[in-house]
Amino acid sequence: MVDAVSTAQTTDRKLPNYWLRFVFLILAAVVCTLGSFAVGRYSLDIADVVLVFLSSFCGAIKDLHLLSAYSAFLLLPPPLSLLTAMTLDLSAFFADVLDLFFSVLPSPDAMAGNVVFDIRAPRIFAAIFVGAALSTAGAAYQGMFQNPLVSPEILGVSAGAGFGAALAIYFDLGVGAITTLAFAGGLIAVGVAYLISCLAKGSATLSMVLAGILIGSLFSAATSYIKLVADTNDQLPAITYWLMGSLARAEWGYELLFAVTVITIGLIPLCLFRWRMNVLTLGEDEARSIGVNTNLLRLIVIVCATLVTAVAVSISGLIGWVGLVIPHFCRMIFGYDYRGIIPAAVVMGAGFLLLVDDFSRTIAITEVPLGILTAFVGAPIFAYLLMMGERRS
Amino acid sequence: MSLAISHLSFAYSRNSRLVLNDVSFLVAEGELLAVLGPNGVGKSTLFRCILGFLPHHQGSIYLNGKDIRTLDHKEIAKYVAYIPQSTHPVFNYTVLDVVLMGLANQVRLLASPNRIHINEAYAAMESLGISHLRDAGYGEISGGERQLALIARALVQKARILIMDEPTANLDYGNQFRVMRRISDLAKEGYSVVLSTHNPDHAFLYANRALMIYGGRVIASGTPEDVLDAKLIKEVYGVDVYIEDYQCGSYHHKHCIPVNGDFERHE
Repeated sequence: MVDAVSTAQTTDRKLPNYWLRFVFLILAAVVCTLGSFAVGRYSLDIADVVLVFLSSFCGAIKDLHLLSAYSAFLLLPPPLSLLTAMTLDLSAFFADVLDLFFSVLPSPDAMAGNVVFDIRAPRIFAAIFVGAALSTAGAAYQGMFQNPLVSPEILGVSAGAGFGAALAIYFDLGVGAITTLAFAGGLIAVGVAYLISCLAKGSATLSMVLAGILIGSLFSAATSYIKLVADTNDQLPAITYWLMGSLARAEWGYELLFAVTVITIGLIPLCLFRWRMNVLTLGEDEARSIGVNTNLLRLIVIVCATLVTAVAVSISGLIGWVGLVIPHFCRMIFGYDYRGIIPAAVVMGAGFLLLVDDFSRTIAITEVPLGILTAFVGAPIFAYLLMMGERRS
Repeated sequence: MSLAISHLSFAYSRNSRLVLNDVSFLVAEGELLAVLGPNGVGKSTLFRCILGFLPHHQGSIYLNGKDIRTLDHKEIAKYVAYIPQSTHPVFNYTVLDVVLMGLANQVRLLASPNRIHINEAYAAMESLGISHLRDAGYGEISGGERQLALIARALVQKARILIMDEPTANLDYGNQFRVMRRISDLAKEGYSVVLSTHNPDHAFLYANRALMIYGGRVIASGTPEDVLDAKLIKEVYGVDVYIEDYQCGSYHHKHCIPVNGDFERHE
């Protein structure tokens, strides 16, 4: 015979309409993205942006059509090429219809196209990927260290990146070198912290946090020294401004391509291992007793989270708070299960940084650095979450 | 499935004192072994050895006849499940999520639990009478319910040896006995259960065997009725107790009653 242990107090914490919430989140992020194209010094409204997109889309279809027509006739055997020609005729017809459609609409001016594609698009691209990287890395680190107050900078990646960037600015190595050295600095800092924690005795996670603090303050001190000896007219402001974080430097190029690639590659394992991260939050002994290889899983999480953070910091400078606040926000809306948190953190982090970047572009005559704005936005949100948390747990 | 330990000794480093000194015992299928002893005598170290966390031990640990040193952590997890003390969680997972974590060994590396796994979790919760809590937050339920959720997590792991570290610690008076009864039911179903406890009454009421560890050594082992007497408890815990044989109809058990120093005078 069995008797129930104390009375039931089932609170409805299961979120049955998870997918609905997620779809709403994605919609909000898409709206943010579109809106971000319209925000800025050169005034454009959303209709202009849509027009620019449609006209270039139409142009792309026509280009594609010509290209595929040539290649089809050159490469395919006669019967097939005939068939392709027929389908191509069809697509040409559609392109013509689109053309007709656009001849009715006012054609966008070249300036608008430039603003959208060459100035705003790379910046928005960068904001999306940096935001997604920071918030997902934050969520992963918080689970791994079983501590909701952890942010992606916990292992000293920001301090290392800051030092690398300051070094590159001090030696006048150019824009590309700033990104490269920042990335390398971030990885070196975390690598050293991880090595120290491996050699340390006692709890693995605790010694990792302590090693991270140690390395972080060491690199911060080194950065301070560079600031001290740097030229006060141009180098010192450049270093200071870099450390505050900004996406103004984003432009189409190898750096952005590299960052986007690394972030995508780094986020994939975090997404795939997202259920297993739940088990990692139990702590070393419990997770191992269940049969999880904690050392391997922790290493994977550290490598991925560090890679995406380092590369994000290398193109954007130091942007705090995103990795701390967004995971909390995700937990509030999507529950505590990492299966839900990781995809939500990707989308929400991207949307959040886009919004903050929009503010940074418009709020004052000169751009306000992102690091400052995220603190101003993040701190009140975090305070609100703390107050809400009182009731929830 | 049985657990056999022979001449197990362990020290954390080469020159430090032995935390476990020549410990031997056997737990057969369907047996509930209560390990007693004051704090810091090596009970937790013993459990960590059985779970394979401390491979540098002397002597042997056999899980179902296999030496633990020949098994990797995934295989050990198939034989032994660990049920820790229920602490307040950092992240407020639902009870279902907590139970599902026990399936980590069975879910493919990159996958999430599927419908079959979830039904297994439901069945385990049903058998422990906590299926109504599946959507409740693990941080919001009582300590007793949390302990049962951890037991459910161990059940879905499908290991037949259950190691419990003071399962009744931090529980209120009623929940202590309700949780202990569930645990003894599990032993009757054929699980081999090893648990640590400080309460001799739990050993009398629910255990088939008792093991008293003191200073890293087994100083008494056998049925609780034979082993646990006032002299032993005085020696180990430094507390005067009176062991009473209580009989009422078909109910017959020993009970341990702590007394003040002036007990003899009143008698």
